[in-house]
Amino acid sequence: MPEAISKVAISLKVNSKLHSVQVEPRTLLVELLREQLDLTGTHVGCDTTYCGACTVLMNGAAVKSCTVFAVQADGSEILTVEGLEKDGQLHPIQKAFGDAYGLQCGFCTPGLLLSTLQLLSRNEQPGDTEMRKAIAGNTCRCTGYQNILKAIQSAARNMKDA
Amino acid sequence: MYPRAFHYHRADSLTQAATLLSELGAEAKLLAGGQSLIPLMKLRFANPTHLVDLNFIAGTSYIRKEDGEIHFGPMTRHAEIENSGLVTNIPILHDCAAGIADVQVRNRGTIGGSLAEADPSGDWATVLMTLATELRCLGPDGERTIALSDFIKDAYTTALAQDELVSEVVVKVPPKGSGGAYLAFKRSAPVYPTASAAVQLTMDGDICTQAAVALGCVGLTPIRPKEAEAALAGNELTEKTIAHAVEAAEPVLDPQSDMRGSADYKRTLAGALLKRVIQIAARRARGEQVEVSHLYA
Repeated sequence: MPEAISKVAISLKVNSKLHSVQVEPRTLLVELLREQLDLTGTHVGCDTTYCGACTVLMNGAAVKSCTVFAVQADGSEILTVEGLEKDGQLHPIQKAFGDAYGLQCGFCTPGLLLSTLQLLSRNEQPGDTEMRKAIAGNTCRCTGYQNILKAIQSAARNMKDA
Repeated sequence: MYPRAFHYHRADSLTQAATLLSELGAEAKLLAGGQSLIPLMKLRFANPTHLVDLNFIAGTSYIRKEDGEIHFGPMTRHAEIENSGLVTNIPILHDCAAGIADVQVRNRGTIGGSLAEADPSGDWATVLMTLATELRCLGPDGERTIALSDFIKDAYTTALAQDELVSEVVVKVPPKGSGGAYLAFKRSAPVYPTASAAVQLTMDGDICTQAAVALGCVGLTPIRPKEAEAALAGNELTEKTIAHAVEAAEPVLDPQSDMRGSADYKRTLAGALLKRVIQIAARRARGEQVEVSHLYA
């Protein structure tokens, strides 16, 4: 066995709030978020880099937080589903998913919301193929994706008008 | 899932990373994008005692065009290549970068990590085999240059010494009149392909003057079927020529049956992909814009 593993001090912003924490090097970003910071909106689905339920934005880029060590997020800005609403108002993407019935059980939804946010922040009017590519790393076992695609379209319209 | 506990080392430079590998020995591994290594560690298939993190080294993520070559920093993410204007004239690079796994994985995974892992189902090695590609490899004693074909030795095995790392990937820009294409067939976006095919052709009118072919997931390393290349080069690209090339490639393929498909299925699939990429590459060589992306089941 290796000698005692030392913890690593890291600082990161999560939903605009600065956190300075000590983590074991093997701690995954999703575990830091859920277990140390009590942000349980980010879900763990497959835990094997497949399903995308754990998707968060890291410096604006969608990542699977079960496949990033927390130490790698040192100095970065993380956005989770908890950071989407503003002043008690749902984010236009959240609202669109609700209005278009873009969810059923809701387990995959936090990840899909953040994948959608990366897409719409870089492409205001995505076409069908672009939308499908953008959520190809997010598995939903309930909806069949049709209403999710409608929700993304409607979110794009709402964000453009806003 | 928790990986086995490990000591974490954050490298400030590539030279320091190589020195750390040398000091820490065989139980140390490099952490690049982590999109293969972290899942392997979580499943405890990989249990390094030390991880040397390359993610905080400045100046290792870049795409530069110089003297007819494209230089990629080892930590350049697939997504950066996908979105780079510098690769638009070499569409086979865009095909590859834009098709690897999904958005999230492309945002993290790196070209250097992909090549150094040498997964037989990886995309970059197969694609870059069809272009003149060299790897700069850095160790504690300095840098050496290795052609990609000499770099990939076997499944998950490269020419890198234990204390060496990929410090740059250099790809020669193909000549005018050359066109390429890459297609991978996947059951869904996040998984590895079942089979893949890459082709780079140089055309003079309807005559193919030069052909480079590589097939992925159908052997322990990407396979260059020289017989298929010979069937294309010097000939008019008719349907018959293409069929002949596909037929010539088949005997050198050595796929394994696994959960992605039987050996026979993969052989047939690789042939079908090869036919399609030859057709796309020829159209691109003539200057046509042809969009392709990985195929899903």
